[in-house]
Formats: sequence, C-alpha cells, structure tokens
Amino acid sequence: MTDATLSQGEMQAASRPRRWHIAVFLLPALVVYSAVMILPLFETLRLSFYNTVDGQSAFVGLANFKTLFGDARWAADFWNALKNNFIFFVIHMLVQNPIGVALAALLSIPKLRGAAFYRTAIFLPTLLSFVIVGFIWKLILSPIWGVSPYLLDLVGLKSLFAPWLGKPNSALIAVSLISVWQYVGIPMMLIYAALLNIPEEVIEAAECDGVTGWAQFFKIKLPLILPAIGIISILTFVGNFNAFDLVYTVQGALAGPDGSTDILGTLLYRTFFGFQLQLGDRSMGATIATVMFLIILAGVSLYLFVIQRRIRRYQF
Amino acid sequence: MSKARASLSRTALVHAALIAYTLVAVFPVFLTIINSFKNRNAIFRNPMQLPTPSTFDLVGYQTVLGQGDFAVYFQNSLIVTVVSIALVLLFGAMAAFALSEYRFRGNTLMGLYLALGIMIPIRLGTVAILQGMVATGLVNTLTALILVYTAQGLPLAVFILSEFMRTVSDDLKNAGRIDGLSEYAIFFRLVLPLVRPAMATVAVFTMIPIWNDLWFPLILAPSEATKTVTLGSQIFIGQFVTNWNAVLAALSLAILPVLVLYLAFSRQLIRGITSGAVK
Repeated sequence: MTDATLSQGEMQAASRPRRWHIAVFLLPALVVYSAVMILPLFETLRLSFYNTVDGQSAFVGLANFKTLFGDARWAADFWNALKNNFIFFVIHMLVQNPIGVALAALLSIPKLRGAAFYRTAIFLPTLLSFVIVGFIWKLILSPIWGVSPYLLDLVGLKSLFAPWLGKPNSALIAVSLISVWQYVGIPMMLIYAALLNIPEEVIEAAECDGVTGWAQFFKIKLPLILPAIGIISILTFVGNFNAFDLVYTVQGALAGPDGSTDILGTLLYRTFFGFQLQLGDRSMGATIATVMFLIILAGVSLYLFVIQRRIRRYQF
Repeated sequence: MSKARASLSRTALVHAALIAYTLVAVFPVFLTIINSFKNRNAIFRNPMQLPTPSTFDLVGYQTVLGQGDFAVYFQNSLIVTVVSIALVLLFGAMAAFALSEYRFRGNTLMGLYLALGIMIPIRLGTVAILQGMVATGLVNTLTALILVYTAQGLPLAVFILSEFMRTVSDDLKNAGRIDGLSEYAIFFRLVLPLVRPAMATVAVFTMIPIWNDLWFPLILAPSEATKTVTLGSQIFIGQFVTNWNAVLAALSLAILPVLVLYLAFSRQLIRGITSGAVK
C-alpha cells in the first residue's frame, strides 16, 4: 500500500518536476492562518519586550514583565486576576467535569428510554451565547426578582439566599458556576462518546465475573475513558485561561465587585483597550497576553509530554 | 446482547437524576421565555406562572423591535458566520487534501504548524491583530471579522478533515487519475463529496464560537453598521437594564434562532460529536 503511493508519488515527481497543485492546495489556508493568527501572535510576543520611552518605541527587555509582576500599580491587579483565574479553573475541574462524567455514565446505560431527549436538553445551554447566559443568570440571581428566594423557599432554604453576584466573597464562585452550567454539555458529550466506544465484550466479560454497577464503572469503564478525561481537562484549562466573555457580560469590564471576579481575559481587555478613565496600553497588553500564552503553553506541554504519555491506553 | 441489568428501582433513580439535571439546564431558558410574554406586574408577582389571558402582554417585544437595529445586527452575524464557514471549509479541505494525499518534504512539519492553533487561542494575538487591521484600514468592517474567524477555524478543520480524507480509498483516486482527471478534479469531484459528513461536523464546530463571539466584534468592529447580534444584544440589554419587559423580550429573541437551529439539527450535531471525530 505504502509502496504503491510512494512509487506513484515518485512517478509524478519524475514526470512533473514541480507539483504546483500541492502549493495551490496549501496556499490559501497557509496565507490566512499565518497572516491573521501566527504572525500577530509572534508580533504580540515581540511587543511585550518594547515600550514607549520618551515618545518612541524602544526595546526594554524584561522591564514590562518586571512592572507587571512587581510594580505596585500593576502587580496587585495581575496577581489577583491570576489567583481568580486559577480558582475559576479549579471550580470547573471539581464541578463541571465530574457532573459531565456522571451524566454521560447515566446516559450511556443501555436501552435507557428518552436518552436522546435528555442529551438534547442538557446540551442546549452550551450553544447559547455568553450574553444570553450572563443576562439570564443575572436576572435569576437578582434580589429584585424573587425567583431564587422563591425556589430556595420550596426546599426550605430561603434563609441561605444572598445577592451572590454582588458580594466579593461569593461573586467569583457564582460566575464560575454559571460558566459550569453553560459548558457541562461538552465533557458530557465527549465522555459519552468514549463510553459508547467501549466494546460490548469487555462489559459482558465484567458481568460474567460479577462486576456490575458502581464497581463496574470505577474498575472497568473509568480506566478506559481516562484519555477522554485527559482531553476534557486540557480543553477546560485552555478555555478557562482564555475566558473573558461571561465575566464581561455579568460583571462588566471592571469585573466587580471590587475586582473579585477579575480574570486574565478581563485584565487583558482593560489594559490593552482601556476602560473609562484608564487609557489603553499596548505594551502592557502585549505583556499580559504573553503571560497568558506562556501559561497555556505550559499547560498544553504538560498534557502532551507528561500526562498523555503516562495515561495507559487499551486497544481492543 | 445485554440482558436488562437494571432493576426497576435503579432505573427510576437514573431517570430522577437525569430529569433533575435536565430541569436545571432548561429551566432558566424556559423562565425567560414565559416571562417575556407577561406584563410588568405579573413578571414580579408570579415569575413562575405561565402567561394567562389577563397577564399576557407584548410590550417588551414592541420596545425591542421599535428600538434596536436588530435586523442589521442579524444580517451582519449571518454574513460573517456563513462566509467564514465557507472559507474555513474550502481552504481547510484543500489543505487537508494536500497533507493527506501527497508526500512532500515538510509534510509532517506543515501538519504540526497548522495544528498549533488548535491549542493556542487566537485571542492572545489581539494586540497585533488590531494593529494590523488598523494599518490595512479593515477596522469596523465585516472583512476583519471574517479573516479572524477563518484563521481561527482552520486548524481544527484541517485536523479533522485530513483524518477523514485518509479513509478515502486510494484505488478510487488512482482510477480517476488513469481516466485523465486532473488533481483538482479529483479533489473537487471525487474526494469532497465523500467527506461531506465530516464537513458538516466541522461546520457546526466552527459556527458556534463565531456566532457567540463577543471579543472580536467588541474590539475590531464595534461600529453601529458592523455590530453582530451578540454584541448588539449585549449593548442593547445593558441600556435597558431596568426595563424588565424589554430585557426579557430581547433575550428571548436572541435565543430563538439558536433554539430553532438546534432543534432542527441536534441529531446531526450530536452524531457528529459522538461519531469519533473528536476522540
């Protein structure tokens, strides 16, 4: 098979020394992708080493990073955003992914009636835009509209109600949970697909050995879907450290109250684009983008070179 | 063949859990839609009640349709999304074909280069993208958005499509070559029709983030003439934040197209996700 394609390729190369069609096929994608994505990315990385000195753009080495990490005006905002972003990610990993796995496990029970209906309904929020999701939850959690207290009253927990989005202690958790509500469909679907791919024979063999129910899930299925769990973890990581829209919609660009929901995305927006009295700062914006790039790169590398290689894969 | 494993009570528990989560997922949307059809008093007094003849009121919709340029926003979103998807599919399929069909020097490297963008979000280049768009005079044009979204969608499209194109039989393509078809004809007339299901999957994956994006419209094209639906409703709702009728109506109008499309295509979408394209 490979020999055939090889000799065919060689034959073509011999008869037509330059295979122009390869270039024609590749060029449009390559040009758009390089010009709009890769070059700006590197230009942004480069800009993080420059700043305006006496009205002129000048190379300043790592001075921007020093400012970002250490300067009184910047460092507090930056470390706050980084910490919040980390909490945002941890909440997703602890709430979104386990719920996603649990729902997928329930949905993949064979001959479950109405599985298609549940799947369709639970995936719906994932398709809505952040604007819709953000405002719907803002209304529902609003103390002006009595919906949340009323619902809590039904289960006898009315006293627990508080304007969660308006309190610095709870705002970040509330926003994270809204994001979890929106995105739980993605881990659910990917895990569901992985569970469906487990061959029937494996499950039958487990049953013959008397492994059923919970034991079956934890001892047989879970190890088999670990690669899929790895993928949803890294997708969550990249998505969370790049998030912006939901916080912007629910809490505005200042990510209030008192910066308690500020994450790297909103910090980048305010820094680079300016907001209200604050002027946009291109160099510091590029610096924050570079830090985000390095964080995401570190996470992806950790996944690709360490975690993915350690996960044991089974072939059927 | 699996025999019925679950006892009756276990099945009931499973359904109870799934119904409970389904309610959590759907209830906020349902609540928004029913309240958008009620008058102001009823919205606050009985948020849970379905609209009755005495509380039915369309005042929110009248405000929204009389105020915002939603037709223009909708048209902008549609143009941006459709053109971007078309370009992603065409360019992505062409590149995927080149990578999966021909052996040439740098093939693997090219594949890795194009796959970089799957993991590294394009947003991080925003500072330089805006600079470039200002330099080329593309700020506040739909072209700027289309270019950005095409670049954003290409990596995943190339990745998924080249996996699928490897499964197209070599015999078929060689038969075409013997019959004198050019490489372009083989791509457009033999291979493209065969990977149509994969193209549909890619189209859906490309569409959702483009339609819902707030970041690039906010930064690259915030002018009145180029606002997308997402940005338009963000600003509109922000202005009417105390007019609950208008806010609920605007939200319902924004949900509607997504809901209709989803109910029409959910089968294909879910099949696409679970078919192994994203294993």
